[in-house]
Amino acid sequence: MKILNDLFYSKFHEWIKFDGESAVVGLTDYAQSALGDIVFVNLPEIGDEVGVDGSFADVESVKAVSDIYTPVGGTVSAINEALLDAPEKINQDAYDAWLVKFENITERGELLRADEYKAYIESIQEEE
Amino acid sequence: MLIFEKSREGREISLLPICDVPEVMLSPQFHRNMVLRLPEISENDLSRHYSEIGEKTYGVNQGAYPLGSCTMKYNPKINEELAGLTGFTEIHPLQKEDTVQGCLEVLSMLEKYLCEITGMTHFTMQPAAGAHGELTGLLMIKAFHHKRGDTKRTKIIIPDSAHGTNPASATMAGFETVTVPSDKDGGVDIEKLKEAIGNDTAGLMLTNPNTLGLFDKNIMEITNMIHDCGGINYYDGANLNAVMGIARPGDMGFDVIHVNLHKTFSAPHGGGGPGSGPVGCKKFLSEFLPSVRSEEEKGKFCFVKAENAIGEMKSFYGNFLVVVRALAYLMTLGREGVLQASEYAVLNANYMFHKLKDLYPPAYDRSCMHEFVFSLEKLKKETGVSALDIAKAMLDKGIHPPTMYFPLIVHEALMFEPTETESKETMDDMVQILRDLYEEAHTTPDILCNAPITTSVGRLNEVEAARNPILRYQSNDEKGAI
Repeated sequence: MKILNDLFYSKFHEWIKFDGESAVVGLTDYAQSALGDIVFVNLPEIGDEVGVDGSFADVESVKAVSDIYTPVGGTVSAINEALLDAPEKINQDAYDAWLVKFENITERGELLRADEYKAYIESIQEEE
Repeated sequence: MLIFEKSREGREISLLPICDVPEVMLSPQFHRNMVLRLPEISENDLSRHYSEIGEKTYGVNQGAYPLGSCTMKYNPKINEELAGLTGFTEIHPLQKEDTVQGCLEVLSMLEKYLCEITGMTHFTMQPAAGAHGELTGLLMIKAFHHKRGDTKRTKIIIPDSAHGTNPASATMAGFETVTVPSDKDGGVDIEKLKEAIGNDTAGLMLTNPNTLGLFDKNIMEITNMIHDCGGINYYDGANLNAVMGIARPGDMGFDVIHVNLHKTFSAPHGGGGPGSGPVGCKKFLSEFLPSVRSEEEKGKFCFVKAENAIGEMKSFYGNFLVVVRALAYLMTLGREGVLQASEYAVLNANYMFHKLKDLYPPAYDRSCMHEFVFSLEKLKKETGVSALDIAKAMLDKGIHPPTMYFPLIVHEALMFEPTETESKETMDDMVQILRDLYEEAHTTPDILCNAPITTSVGRLNEVEAARNPILRYQSNDEKGAI
């Protein structure tokens, strides 16, 4: 299970990288592994406004369709269009395959640091 | 090989009966201007073609089919015989009522029986499947609120263990869905339900027992909470096979329900369809039922339309011959038989569950109802063999796999539903196969990861199938054109 140190994480298994007023969001390695082979990705439109914990995209794997929730509130400023034709990039390298860039960040949800996220994953795995 | 690939120019058969109505010439605007692409084949080759396909098919007639939440029970042959009677087959939906009294009586009788089993007041036979029934029920819920001028109820509450069709149907009916998590016992989390309920709640959709095969012991509290806030309770009848004749959704506080005649009531399921998902409701919702129902008046049956019917969900009376099969099933079983079917369904599931749970960890370690769910997460971590691999390896052992990766809240889920129609010997075989596979997962995981190898096609590329499906035959000249 790959967890990068310089990123923030949400309990919905997204990673977030802040860059001043903007942020890049993607799925974690744990998420892609739990989802299985991803076959489709639906991304928002540039200019869409999303609030914390709102669904802004969905991914379809061979198992199921899952909503993706944003850990920050803001305006979509860019989408990773390459994923629309090649969603398998998320399975190949979840931290390279960013989904969406947000700007004008209005709010931040509950964010975890790498070590906290690692502990969180271990705790949910123990429960099972 | 497809039948089109066996086609040879000039070969023909005449299987069609002689036309018994006057021939009419269509006006030229409706004439086809291209030759119809049909296979040209002799009767002998056609017969062999279907025998060949039949041999490749696996269904309840071939062996065990423990597909969870699908209730793949045996389809009694007497159903087919009765559904084949000419009084049921050689009729037309536009015939006058007094010429099809027997058919109307069938519709009316099955409605009465379904009401008795579920605790509802009326049923429509029109919906063609379970999810179609869900949409019907939800449109009735919407009509109920709107008729009272209550347009702010836009949300349907659905537990996270629900069938995927529930949120899909709610969305199609124009509702927003609110997901409620399960508690540690696998039931609805009451505290979280409280938070989700409000004056925007149109209703709740629930399966009981749920998709974990567990009966929600708080069901009365749950349905009361929804009623107290002005919402309607919808029962997804997919798992009715566990409680027929024992507990009635109507008595649990449900107001509207669909049942699956192709699951619980022994009509063919899957490729053998078509399905049928009658929707029943309590009296206060009857005015919204779609289409027409058959009612007896002074010894004669006639069609009646509900006052504020939501419209037509399908042409005419639904899949009528499936209704005939379900009625045949219920008349064969009788009152005691219906109860016994459910009792044996639960007994069989528990038998298999307890014979396997030392190797395969249960998602929730409680006695189950008619189905049970294992989580293979530990096995996957230890051996690399996933739920998918075990399912595929079961094909090599000659049995149909269970439902995989569902419910979504259980990782590496396998969900088994043996049904009441499997014998102890068949279940013992299945148990032995699963115990052997567990062993093989530890000794020869590579073989499992490449299963199946004995089937007519090997492991399919699921990603490619989802992304670039080939949905119909393309002839050579069509391929050239593309």
